[in-house]
Amino acid sequence: MCVAEQAVGRQSIQFQNPVSIISGASIVGKKEGEGPLGEAFDMVGEDPMFGTNSWEEAESTLQKETAGLAIAKAGLQKWQIRMIYAGDLLAQSVASSFGIADYQIPVYGLYGACSTMGEALSLGAMAVAGGYAQYVLSITSSHFGSAEKEFRFPLSYGNQRPLSATWTVTGSGACVLGRSGGQAQIAGLTTGKIVDYGLKDSMNMGACMAPAACDTIYQNFMDFNRLPEDYDQIVTGDLGKIGQNILWDLLLEKGYDIRKCHTDCGLEIYDGEKQDTHAGGSGCGCAASVFVSYVLPKIRSGEWKRVLFVPTGALLSKVTFNEGKSVPGIAHGVIVEQKEEGGQS
Amino acid sequence: MADIQTQKKQKEYEKYVKKVTPVHSLPLNMARAFLVGGLICVLGQWIMNVCQNMGMDRQMAGAWTSGTLILLSVLLTGLNIYPKLAKFGGAGTLVPITGFANSVAASAIEFQKEGQVMGIGCKIFTIAGPVILFGIFSSWILGVGYWLLKIVGVV
Repeated sequence: MCVAEQAVGRQSIQFQNPVSIISGASIVGKKEGEGPLGEAFDMVGEDPMFGTNSWEEAESTLQKETAGLAIAKAGLQKWQIRMIYAGDLLAQSVASSFGIADYQIPVYGLYGACSTMGEALSLGAMAVAGGYAQYVLSITSSHFGSAEKEFRFPLSYGNQRPLSATWTVTGSGACVLGRSGGQAQIAGLTTGKIVDYGLKDSMNMGACMAPAACDTIYQNFMDFNRLPEDYDQIVTGDLGKIGQNILWDLLLEKGYDIRKCHTDCGLEIYDGEKQDTHAGGSGCGCAASVFVSYVLPKIRSGEWKRVLFVPTGALLSKVTFNEGKSVPGIAHGVIVEQKEEGGQS
Repeated sequence: MADIQTQKKQKEYEKYVKKVTPVHSLPLNMARAFLVGGLICVLGQWIMNVCQNMGMDRQMAGAWTSGTLILLSVLLTGLNIYPKLAKFGGAGTLVPITGFANSVAASAIEFQKEGQVMGIGCKIFTIAGPVILFGIFSSWILGVGYWLLKIVGVV
């Protein structure tokens, strides 16, 4: 069998046979449930500890429940999932390891900071498209408590967050990918580079990640020979308000105006004014849960026919920050399309 | 290594980001800090007066004042009220002894899950540590200065 060339341009892949997104599931915390997307999530956990004793365990439980839900919604049994691509924000990605250990499904642990859902969907789609798996699960999670502990201060420490700070989403989103089924499909990918404009302010992550988002979106336009109008919506991960404005400016400089067809998961998940989240939401769970509960339904209903989903990540650790290093960004592009009528269902 | 051109580009980006990033209003923050910090100090003075009226000497009353403020701060931290106070009051809640107590109590609560020794023991001063270290160090330097001045006969 001869495999057709599916790599296009410099950083992208156009699948010969698009990969189906069979199901999506999302579980979030109370604050997210009170946000504008509250109704759209599959479940809202009232207890921030999710019945466990620590933030880390809570996030693991969150991820485990979401994975189970996504598999059930796809109408599959867990043994049918060939592999899982999972990630989170904690050091050594422990939320994923402890979360899905019980399932006894082969797993690849990923880290791409808040862009991890893009990474998980990309690698999952490649595995399916390559014929290495019939069904894979892509999942990420984040938890406000565990992220604050990992990257910032103990929760009950009193301090003032700058206006540019984002609020880590307590939530998890999962998608089951396969060769057929569902109404949405992954048609192509643009893998992101690490882009560093030398910014060191970890409390302004939107500004740190916007150049990476710009780079990936621009490269996507180049590789697929497309214009912003070719997408019904470009959905970035968690740039927030400031990052969104910067992204618009950066792309305008390159000659592309995406203002009419751009939104950001971090801006969709909270009501910034009422919920006092400052610049917006962030975290692996932000892009993942918003993708599943906001982007996918719009594709299914046909409101959007083609979307460029671009989760963004800030690649820093507490140590690199303390050592005075900059905060590089990364963004992965995933092209999601509505399946054409009459296609396989 | 970043060459000169990259450095220039980074500087420009930093300047641009600074321009588009909103910040808290400084006068408003200062007013709030003055209000909250001032109230905490008034409370302290009131405790002090009460103690002195009960017949304590100044030093004893001072110790009781600090102790009570610390206890209050720790309680408010445990009840998750202090962070809300700090969000409003900023430096007004950070600078008094209550801020110090909050940073210690918050760490103890957060890291208790990691065990009595490796959790609370090692990490209780994660935030307050620098204050303790450099506070003691600077008082030592002042002590040495005082001692030298004494030898020379200035004081």
